[in-house]
Amino acid sequence: MPTPAFIGRGNRRILDKVLIALLALSVVIILAILVVIIGNIVFHGVRQVTWEFITQPPREGLTAGGIMPAIVGTAALVLLMSVVAVPLGVATAVYLHEYTPAEGLHLAWARFRKSKGLPGRKRLFFRALSALLATITRSAVANLAGVPSIVFGLFGLGFFIQFIGRSIDRATQPVGETLWGQGSLLWAACTLALLTLPTVIVATEEALRTVPQDLREASLALGATRWETIRRIVLPGSLPGILTGAILGISRGAGEVAPILFTGAAYYLPFLPGDVTDQFMHLGYHVLILSTQSPDVEATKPILYGTVFVLLALTFLLNLTGVIIRMRTRSRLQR
Amino acid sequence: MTTMDFVSPTSVSSRMAGETTATKIEVRDFNFYYGDAKVLHGIDLDIPEKQVTAFIGPSGCGKSTFLRSINRMNDIIPGARVEGRIAVSGRDLYAPGVDVVALRRRIGMVFQKSNPFPKSIYENVAYGLRIGGENDKRTLDETVERSLQRAALWGEVKDRLNGSALSLSGGQQQRLCIARALAVDPEVLLMDEPASALDPIATQKIEELVYELKSNYTIVIVTHNMQQAARVSDRTAFFMLGKLVEYNETRAIFMTPKEKLTEDYITGRFG
Amino acid sequence: MNRRHDEVFFRRAGRRLRFDALMTGAFSVAGWVAILFIFLIFLFTFKETIPIFTDAEVQHEANLGKFFAEKQEGPTLMDRYVWQPTSEKPKVSLWPIILGTLKATVVGLLFACPVGVAAALFSSEFAPPRLREVIKPAIELLAGIPSVVMGFFALIVLATWLQQTFGFTYRLNAVNAGLALGFALVPIVYTISEDGLAAVPRSYREASYALGATKFQTAWSVVLPAAAPAVFASFVLAFGRAIGETMILLMAGGNAAITSFSLLDPLRTLSATIAAEMGEVVVGSAHYSALFFMGTLLFVITFVSNTAGQWIIRRMQKRMQGAAA
Repeated sequence: MPTPAFIGRGNRRILDKVLIALLALSVVIILAILVVIIGNIVFHGVRQVTWEFITQPPREGLTAGGIMPAIVGTAALVLLMSVVAVPLGVATAVYLHEYTPAEGLHLAWARFRKSKGLPGRKRLFFRALSALLATITRSAVANLAGVPSIVFGLFGLGFFIQFIGRSIDRATQPVGETLWGQGSLLWAACTLALLTLPTVIVATEEALRTVPQDLREASLALGATRWETIRRIVLPGSLPGILTGAILGISRGAGEVAPILFTGAAYYLPFLPGDVTDQFMHLGYHVLILSTQSPDVEATKPILYGTVFVLLALTFLLNLTGVIIRMRTRSRLQR
Repeated sequence: MTTMDFVSPTSVSSRMAGETTATKIEVRDFNFYYGDAKVLHGIDLDIPEKQVTAFIGPSGCGKSTFLRSINRMNDIIPGARVEGRIAVSGRDLYAPGVDVVALRRRIGMVFQKSNPFPKSIYENVAYGLRIGGENDKRTLDETVERSLQRAALWGEVKDRLNGSALSLSGGQQQRLCIARALAVDPEVLLMDEPASALDPIATQKIEELVYELKSNYTIVIVTHNMQQAARVSDRTAFFMLGKLVEYNETRAIFMTPKEKLTEDYITGRFG
Repeated sequence: MNRRHDEVFFRRAGRRLRFDALMTGAFSVAGWVAILFIFLIFLFTFKETIPIFTDAEVQHEANLGKFFAEKQEGPTLMDRYVWQPTSEKPKVSLWPIILGTLKATVVGLLFACPVGVAAALFSSEFAPPRLREVIKPAIELLAGIPSVVMGFFALIVLATWLQQTFGFTYRLNAVNAGLALGFALVPIVYTISEDGLAAVPRSYREASYALGATKFQTAWSVVLPAAAPAVFASFVLAFGRAIGETMILLMAGGNAAITSFSLLDPLRTLSATIAAEMGEVVVGSAHYSALFFMGTLLFVITFVSNTAGQWIIRRMQKRMQGAAA
């Protein structure tokens, strides 16, 4: 943006300051939004959170009582989701970083082409193939990250419930009975796990990258196999990063509602989920239903604010834990 | 197994009459390729047992590549290819079916930049044993102590074996890496410029250590420091552009080099 | 002593190698998971839309022609393109929903892109370090707000405030929903743009100062253009997120699928429609397939935009490197 020639030095300074102030305004706007949202929720919500609120089930058509089943349901869901997502995500990242060629597809293919007529060509071919697979996998992970959360919900319905669940039912249940072919903790957790997978994979790969290559070489030179090196040197060394990624993924999964809409969340259940095939109540789902489908919004507002507050506090706590671990890792590495 | 009756044409290795040093590592017509680039050309060499052999030569002459071929560390590089034979105690390392993992236990390596694991001093030295399945505490304790003593580090760390290996100085870390390599009781110890990242006093300690170690281990050391090679080794091999130019007893190489290239390098005319 | 080590070591060596091969196999299987599931997601989402193309009974109610070309009688746009799949004579025009999606996305991006980039530019070029320590966590906090909470806020608080300030007819409309969406998009734009700005080499800035440019001129004319690929990437990712966002638009948009270009009317987006109607739909019915069709549409749109965005960014980066070299 050229400064008009007739603006002298002094005026140029002022123009500069004005423009910078405009930029700063954007930051002020963002901070204001944050303060208003959190402030509003905390202000109206914190007074709802009594001991009764956290430990009692809802009463009187969900306008009174507590939200204990929703808390339990959310916790169970998140736990199950982590059990599925974290090992799978870490394994995929380990595969991508430790078992595929580091030089990338372009170079691996060039090496193969240049090896015409030389022995070892077959090995270079498979190496290039492996590099191709790695590239496609990374692209698939990136695309998985971009899939809308409602589409995950549709997938959960169409694949886990209709396809897998029904098949299990046909094989194990008396005719006409549905146990697995309906919404449940299990399928909702699997759906959410898919959504969280990219976060875990990317964070784990970053953590693996922080382990210096010469440590792997030292281990191999002592006669260790590749898996032994991973198990004893690489994974322990990247554990903080993996943990951070896992927690960040989990905190994101805890707040997602769209994927569980048709895969197991329920509005009101008279019992707590006792089995992975049970439906469950959920904090976020509760907020959605209370906000959009209750006949008397004013009456449910207190419960709503309380639920929102608890949900927000939960996700922030998880986020904070992840950030603290990340900071402590950084300071330890810098020593 | 001696090789007295086998003198290859390109090596000028000579044996003094009456000397019966066994050959530990036998190299015959060894070629190495990175893809289609030939990096080592027809190396012929006999490395004697329980002596120190030094590889010298200008940067990029292939001495480190050759060293890494002896414990097959080059296997992890894509596009690496070998021709020829390297035999240790009579067994060809590149024969089909050779267990590389077991091989690397027999032939230890110390790297240019010390690379201790982010574990305790004790666990670093015990690592090689643990992966072999040895978990008996008494055996581990004894081996750790013996290895650290052999690496001339025991006195300095015996009271803090559980401390982090990364809290040691550069020279101490390198001696720790040597102890770690010694703990699995190798027959051969390969050292790739072990002192190049260290100050003169630490370097001296390493050199003294090498001198002590040779009574128990066959040592091959790559160095760009000719004085170090002259001080420490019994035999020296001079490499250039991937070829072995001259190989002889160290005194002979440095006092009466046979090849002009060797003489030029030693007197500093290049490299 | 070494004899004993050897026995232990070599006895286990074969087993260790076999175990290593097993683990290599296990990890290779894990590597296929991502590819498998992205493929499966597309497959199973698309599978449920096939009846629209093959089943005559379904086609009676819902087919491509009806989605895009069906017109009702009526004077206004709103009368002609209608989405009412549950009425006696089902009307399944997708235009009201597509229009709603576009309206919300445009409003959201109009807010988030300038604010996000301006904040990133300020944070990267002008803010004192201590202020930066406040901004970064604040952005992360904003990003950590679940979309259902943002939707709740927009529904209960923002809508009321907007109506009181600007006198809207409808409390829940495109402005309300789009603004809330924008709040959620700002962290995406900020984070990626800021990374790009920070990656611009110091030498660019120094060269500019040396020529007598002010800080702002340098930031605007040198640093920002240099970070253009990252900024553009942030827009593309924000777009993808906006198209797929469900909760905020479901709760704050008014839930009315009407064809209108006005930003002051309530709206329904593709994802919100799926979310709202899937619960009551009969499995296998035409309505069911229509909803899955919308899901497939969403998948394809976000897939294409992500891929295209990545491709364009790679092109821009190559050009940048060429120019710098």
